[in-house]
Amino acid sequence: MKSWLRVLVPVVVFFALAACKKGDTLPDSSTAEAVGAGAGGANTTSSSGSSGITGSPLEQAQARLLQTLVIYFDYDQAEIKPEFTQVVQAHGQKLASSASMQVRLEGHTDERGSREYNIGLGERRAQAVRRALMLAGAQAGQITTVSYGEERPAASGSDEESWRLNRRVEIVYR
Amino acid sequence: MLGAVRTVAFSWRRGGLALIALLGLSTGGTASAQLNVLITKGIERPTPMAIVPFGWSGSGPVAYDIAGVVSADLKSSGRFAPISESDMVSKPTQPDRINFADWRLLKVDYIAIGTLTETAPDQFTTVFQLFDVLRGEQILGYRFMSGRADLRATAHRVSDMIFEKLVGVPGVFSTQIAYVSEEKRADGGKRFRLIVSDADGENAHIVADSPQPLLSPSWSPDGRRLAYASFEGDQQAVFLQTLKTGARERISARKGVNSSPAFSPDGRQLALTLSNDQGNLDIFMLDVGTQVLRQLTTDAAIDTEATWSPDGRTLYFNSDRSGGPQIYRVGAEPGARAQRVTFEGIYNARPRVSPDGKKVAVVYGANNQYRIGVIDAASGALQILTNGRLDESPSFAPNGAQIIYATKNNGRGVLASVTTDGRIQQEIASVAGDVREPVWGPYPRP
Repeated sequence: MKSWLRVLVPVVVFFALAACKKGDTLPDSSTAEAVGAGAGGANTTSSSGSSGITGSPLEQAQARLLQTLVIYFDYDQAEIKPEFTQVVQAHGQKLASSASMQVRLEGHTDERGSREYNIGLGERRAQAVRRALMLAGAQAGQITTVSYGEERPAASGSDEESWRLNRRVEIVYR
Repeated sequence: MLGAVRTVAFSWRRGGLALIALLGLSTGGTASAQLNVLITKGIERPTPMAIVPFGWSGSGPVAYDIAGVVSADLKSSGRFAPISESDMVSKPTQPDRINFADWRLLKVDYIAIGTLTETAPDQFTTVFQLFDVLRGEQILGYRFMSGRADLRATAHRVSDMIFEKLVGVPGVFSTQIAYVSEEKRADGGKRFRLIVSDADGENAHIVADSPQPLLSPSWSPDGRRLAYASFEGDQQAVFLQTLKTGARERISARKGVNSSPAFSPDGRQLALTLSNDQGNLDIFMLDVGTQVLRQLTTDAAIDTEATWSPDGRTLYFNSDRSGGPQIYRVGAEPGARAQRVTFEGIYNARPRVSPDGKKVAVVYGANNQYRIGVIDAASGALQILTNGRLDESPSFAPNGAQIIYATKNNGRGVLASVTTDGRIQQEIASVAGDVREPVWGPYPRP
């Protein structure tokens, strides 16, 4: 039991620190709370081994994933990139867990090319996220989509970085 | 946000010349949105000419500087170089006072003179004559009657007639354009406006005003209505607004995309882009009178940006069914098979057909540069007309000789125009905010 804790505590602390470092929007209090809950959880499930160890960091990872509300896309693409599949899955699971929860997916593009084609591309991106949410358990009735094309950019510049930030789907909980 | 869009009415008075009058709803309906025209590429030797200040007889000061407007119009076309008033050795207002030898020395090819006479309260007669200086002969002469409010429109009509006589195609100085402006509000939000102005950017009137984006205005063929897409209430819808009354109708607010409206040449149908449950965009035709909706394209790709041929039998549209955006054409009947039109380049979008149906203006994208091109409808041959980095939204003038489009200059959205031979380019910048989505209106109906 003692040697066990010696392993567990650094693991929990490691995940907590990682969370602080990456998700700098996480307030300190919520981090502390998560660490406490994790340690407690490990104590009560000491007999059942590894499930108690992994349970706590996973919940936190889930919370962190859910904080990401913007999914970015490559130029002229509507495919969800690997780095966002977990994020979208987490949102899908959250919607699946609460049938009354509703979400609006707002599709956007960068400014290049024609405006109406970009409305189509933004819709295609919103639909890609919608399908992924439904695969993770969300119901069709929980999701609406709207495409703004290039009409509502997140960044106003005409450069690669602005364009990258503008090719996105915003997940808006209602 | 719902209902936050303000619409503003203004009227075209029929009979004689057009009068544009603000009827109310918005006190800030005019001003702020003025445009300035700057020639950025001209022809080598624009035709030198003299537009002599018109003679005036009536009560009080000169009712209107007709010659000043005509001179500015012709200069802005890039084809003429009117000499300044200070360079004129004399200012004749009657034909027998023109000393052609003097004007030959000044090397002007043409001279226009005229008079403005107040014949009764708010009754004016404008007479103008155009002379070939070398031959010393009148080549054009005309008389107009109008009220004071129509004197500016009269001046544009004079410009149109001189332009047609000397260039061979009708002038478009009497026409209007619609465009969208975007301004930042003090509270950090944005303000989108749909604006209609004279072709020279003057006389701007706000048609709709919204905190949400407005796009894709389309003129009805009679110039009385505009269809456009709006995002009020976090949902896209297409509206149809009568300019004279400001009354508007939400003509399509189906789930998903409702965009890219385009009036058929007879004004009865509106081509629209709608999406289905899976977010697939297709082109539909909505009968404006009966509201009957017919689906025109059924491909799983993005089909959008429909535009009609002048005879109303064919629609051109953009589809990425081949992998990237390309232009297709299809008969205006459900079930008709679409044919691909563009094969040159990986990105051809936003087709607009010329008034004679022979050319199609497109946005041509290559190497991260988006320019305006013109395609020969019969052969598919492409000619690139502009050299911007982010040129978009081409629209033909009703005379087919000029295309207005949107571009960026130092990060600012501006309008620009280019002649279809590519020889003359103008930039049209807004005094405040970004402007885009220009659409050239039809000739005013007499």
